[in-house]
Amino acid sequence: MIEFTIWDILRNLLLAARWTVVLSLVSFLGGGIVGALLLFLRIGGNRLSTAFTKYYVEFFQGTPLLMQLFLAFFGLGLFGINVPAWLAAGIALILWTAAFLTEIWRGSVESVVRGQWEASASLGMGYVQQMRYVILPQALTVAIPPTVGFSVQVVKGTALTSIIGFVELSKAGTVVTNATFQPFTVYGLVALIYFALCWPLSKSSQILERKLNVAHRNH
Amino acid sequence: MSLIEITDVRKSFGQTEVLKGIDLDVKPGEVIAVIGKSGSGKSTLLRCINGLETIDGGSISVAGAQLLPDEAHLKALRLKVGMIFQQFNLFPHLTAGGNVILSQTVVKKTPKREAEAMARKMLERVGLAEKFDAYPDELSGGQQQRVAIARALAMQPIALLCDEVTSALDPELVAEVLAVVRELAAEGMTLLMVTHEMKFARDVCSRVVFMHQGRVHEIGRPEEVFARPKTPELRQFLGVQ
Ligand SMILES: Nc1ncnc2c1ncn2[C@@H]1O[C@H](COP(=O)(O)OP(=O)(O)OP(=O)(O)O)[C@@H](O)[C@H]1O
Ligand SMILES: [Mg+2]
Repeated sequence: MIEFTIWDILRNLLLAARWTVVLSLVSFLGGGIVGALLLFLRIGGNRLSTAFTKYYVEFFQGTPLLMQLFLAFFGLGLFGINVPAWLAAGIALILWTAAFLTEIWRGSVESVVRGQWEASASLGMGYVQQMRYVILPQALTVAIPPTVGFSVQVVKGTALTSIIGFVELSKAGTVVTNATFQPFTVYGLVALIYFALCWPLSKSSQILERKLNVAHRNH
Repeated sequence: MSLIEITDVRKSFGQTEVLKGIDLDVKPGEVIAVIGKSGSGKSTLLRCINGLETIDGGSISVAGAQLLPDEAHLKALRLKVGMIFQQFNLFPHLTAGGNVILSQTVVKKTPKREAEAMARKMLERVGLAEKFDAYPDELSGGQQQRVAIARALAMQPIALLCDEVTSALDPELVAEVLAVVRELAAEGMTLLMVTHEMKFARDVCSRVVFMHQGRVHEIGRPEEVFARPKTPELRQFLGVQ
């Protein structure tokens, strides 16, 4: 039987962790773009688009991410479309991330008090100008900490994609365990790598929250 | 020739009619105080004139232009009529100077340099030349309100609507804001102001409007209205028998 050193295990896990990072980045950026589109449909659009985004958000927040992954993976298969695991994982995570980000951002826009809308309107600004120069700059400082904080959920969410066969950190953990029979060591290392990815994100979210709060009160 | 013509204006929120047919003509250079009990519709009237509320009946025109609820008409109206709010509503992410510059460059497309020069001039006019680079939360309430006045003046309106501009201020800060308003009045600015400062209304205003339950209940020169109130409602409001 072949002996595996800790280094062998770690090397294999780190190689797979690259895919966790890539998938997280793609989901977060893609989700950000889709989320921004949904935000404008939600707050700037008509009744139909508002209703659409509302149900969209309710669907993605109201069902487990795992089910969404299954639907993307097997559901498209029903139409004869053969979806590779990475594509299904990417699509599901992007749509899921978008739902949460758009809610975070909607809350931030709505946290800007009505007086700001009224003052800018009374100065003759139109809707787009109000958004661009008055509302969004203020909403942004509110939105940044929870947005960064949510990126932690995205990183952890990628672990579920192992179930549809995408080889990222968690899946690699299972594979390596099957080869080494050292589950505790392997999953311990897996957890440490996740922690190394997530901790800086949640910490910076906290720091940003404190900084931006102070900046808002006292420049 | 009236500057602001308000004719039979009606406004309801749901089932409650808040303005029940308001008629009021404001001539250029007039300073009008609007007084009345809480809930009598004073703020609503001012907000209708600025198009922040849409009216359900009647008409409002400013310098001959009708108030219509589409964005182009509203913008044209708001360029003529500025509004000052009880809560200042300065943009917290911009400096005092930035607050005064923004709408000039964005709405009027004034070049940056000119807008900045205008901002400095207006801040000086309200006695805050040295606060150009201060953020709103570094200013006292009185100073914030004066920046708000400078911001409105920089758009060169022909009339200003002031809704209880000193009500959110600590008592010792009221005077500095009223001094600025008094100066504007002296310079001939047309002012329509909701106020609880009766002494100020008496000293500065050319006419006083007493609103009661959504109607103009009594109107006249301050010396008449304050010294010889005709209706029991106004007598009660003023606390005289
Ligand atoms: N957006 C709104 N929705 C529903 N009702 C409203 C709204 N704005 C005002 N009202 C109602 O209209 C009436 C008149 O309000 P308004 O603010 O004009 O009174 P006011 O004379 O300015 O009072 P105050 O001295 O307290 O400021 C009040 O009964 C108020 O509750
Ligand atoms: Mg009011």
